[in-house]
Amino acid sequence: MFACARRFGESGVAKSAIRVSSVGGVETGYRIQVCRACTDPPCASVCPTGALLRRKGGGVMLRPNLCIGCGNCVDACPIGAVQWDIELNKPIICTHCGYCVDFCPHGVLELIDLKERGEIHVAPKA
Amino acid sequence: MWLPRHDPIKNVLYIDLTLKKFWVEDRSDLFEEYMGGTGVAIKLLEEEIPRNADPLGPDNVIVFAIGPFNGVYPAASKTVAMFKSPHTGNLGESHAGGRSSIALRLAGYGAIVIKGTSSLPIWVSIRGKNVVFNDARALWGMRSSYTVGRIIRENEPNPGFRTIMRIGRAGEKLITYAGVITETYRHFGRLGLGAVFGSKKLKALVVSGRGSIPISNKREYRKIYKELYDTMVKSPVMKKYHDIGTPVNVLRLNEIGALPTKNLKATKFENADILSGENLAKGYLARRMACSHCPVACIHLAALREPYVDEPFFYKTTFVSYDYEPIFALGSMLGAKSVDGFLRLLDMIETYGLDAMSSGVVLAWITEAFERGLIGEKELLGEKPKWGDHEIYMRIIDKLVEQPNDFYKAIGKGCAYASRIYGGEDFALTFGGNEMPGYHTGPAAPYSFMVGARHSHLDSAGYSLDEKTIGKELTEEEIVDKLLEEERWRQVLTSLVVCLFARGVYKPEIIVDAFKAFGLTVKVDDLYELGKKIHMEKYKFKIREGFDLDKYKFPKRIFETPTPHGYLSEEKLVKMKRIFKEKIINEIKPIS
Repeated sequence: MFACARRFGESGVAKSAIRVSSVGGVETGYRIQVCRACTDPPCASVCPTGALLRRKGGGVMLRPNLCIGCGNCVDACPIGAVQWDIELNKPIICTHCGYCVDFCPHGVLELIDLKERGEIHVAPKA
Repeated sequence: MWLPRHDPIKNVLYIDLTLKKFWVEDRSDLFEEYMGGTGVAIKLLEEEIPRNADPLGPDNVIVFAIGPFNGVYPAASKTVAMFKSPHTGNLGESHAGGRSSIALRLAGYGAIVIKGTSSLPIWVSIRGKNVVFNDARALWGMRSSYTVGRIIRENEPNPGFRTIMRIGRAGEKLITYAGVITETYRHFGRLGLGAVFGSKKLKALVVSGRGSIPISNKREYRKIYKELYDTMVKSPVMKKYHDIGTPVNVLRLNEIGALPTKNLKATKFENADILSGENLAKGYLARRMACSHCPVACIHLAALREPYVDEPFFYKTTFVSYDYEPIFALGSMLGAKSVDGFLRLLDMIETYGLDAMSSGVVLAWITEAFERGLIGEKELLGEKPKWGDHEIYMRIIDKLVEQPNDFYKAIGKGCAYASRIYGGEDFALTFGGNEMPGYHTGPAAPYSFMVGARHSHLDSAGYSLDEKTIGKELTEEEIVDKLLEEERWRQVLTSLVVCLFARGVYKPEIIVDAFKAFGLTVKVDDLYELGKKIHMEKYKFKIREGFDLDKYKFPKRIFETPTPHGYLSEEKLVKMKRIFKEKIINEIKPIS
């Protein structure tokens, strides 16, 4: 969560695309909410302005100049992987850069190159 | 000098519980001069508390403070709490991790000052710029602090970005060693912050925040962060906290004959194997956790599996957080016989929100006072304490929190207080009014508990100096100087505020480098100067509130039980105390 903000030299969590929270209290353990790069992403389907562009291989890219900050993408993601930038009033979209993986000391996060595994999927055109 | 530009850390949030009012002040002055954490907290305390205020009255003030490194660098995960301690009647300082420091930092504050007393039980939520006063009458008197945590969690927004500090019934009942629990497994444990919360009718304090912190040199920031991170996860300096955790000390201290056992009648414990960190890891360790923004994960949770009394094949499984100090206090100090007994007692202490360390030392004193006939079944209301019998200890804890008679009221104020009434001061193991931590390592440990500003083993780690010098004898002057140097340095670490477990990583030079990310140029000497100044400020406050080192005697017991340095000499310890007095206390002019 902190590493994600730091990739741009930011500190704090306002710009983080990952979220860590407990599952009903710390007594029961933690979860990490991070974009899994859907090949057919629902967030893109509900974007009224086309600000979320499907990426080859899965996931989306944000074109901030088109985004009107409606928040539909946040509601559409059932795993809660679209975070919200409260300072800019726009979604924070994971780019799958893998910076966070280098700072996960316990091997919870992993970056997989789908091309190498021959699993590349191209999202169907809208 | 220490305040990064445009950093919201300069904002101090003041909350008045009497008036249900809050406001923010720009205290750049304090953060510029005293950095944050301990340094800023002691100045706020000095400003806000009227002289000789009753620790359990409306004039007492609670300060929570964090420093510039919180939320920015790894393992800078602690929050400093300062208050006037109802346990010692003087300076109270206690630190905790969890999510507390991150939530405070990202809510945009450097410190919170809580004043006054609410007329009805409340819980206060700080949500960024907004402060909400919630009715806590339905939570007051609830038996389990775990339940209180769950209910507040379900009623509050911002999961994942918040800290929930709460008290149990012990705090409500003003037991002077009640603590404040945060994120279920971390504690502002020592010196009675829980009772101060209770006296203010403050059941809980929730802080949530998710903002940014300005970084002026982004490239430098990423570089230094990586360096710190790599040292923490790849080098051995922090490995011991991660693997078996602090309980690795049980066997180590037992082997050298430094593990306080049965009210320090001995320093070798026959059941050390059973209660060792190794054994706990093998049979009970269920999960490890980290405080927010720490890669180490030193929090060890044991799974306690208890069968239902009246139904076969039904079990209740509870996670109990264990560390070395609770194992000492509720294990060796009480002659524990089984891990289950120890964990059940610890779980109960968590349920009520007591400080595990003081509770264990108080129970040990009760057991010995009972053995010697100073107290009997009349005082104890039928209980007959016996080393290793946790069932009885659990019943005594129940009564301690109920406070049914004068005896239980007395032990609710600690064993220094109770032994003044019932006798047994020679074996009441307290220093400066606070119960001892788990080290009978040599002369430096008890001396450091006595003169450390918060009477804690973490003030200057006298135990560590003892361990390093086994077989050698340092002069009184040498011990005093080394520990003074250490305590001063630790004021810097707890003003940043980094976890003291990361002290091996946060060396002076790397701290200087880390300040560059804020665009601040500081020198190593500046850090040392600051540490010295903050330590002096703490002692000034202590003296202002009537601290008199001569009033406190070393309990006789510590001279009767051998340490790895042999039997301790009372003469030597008294001389060390005198040297400290000349060096520090006589330097402080009475504040008019």
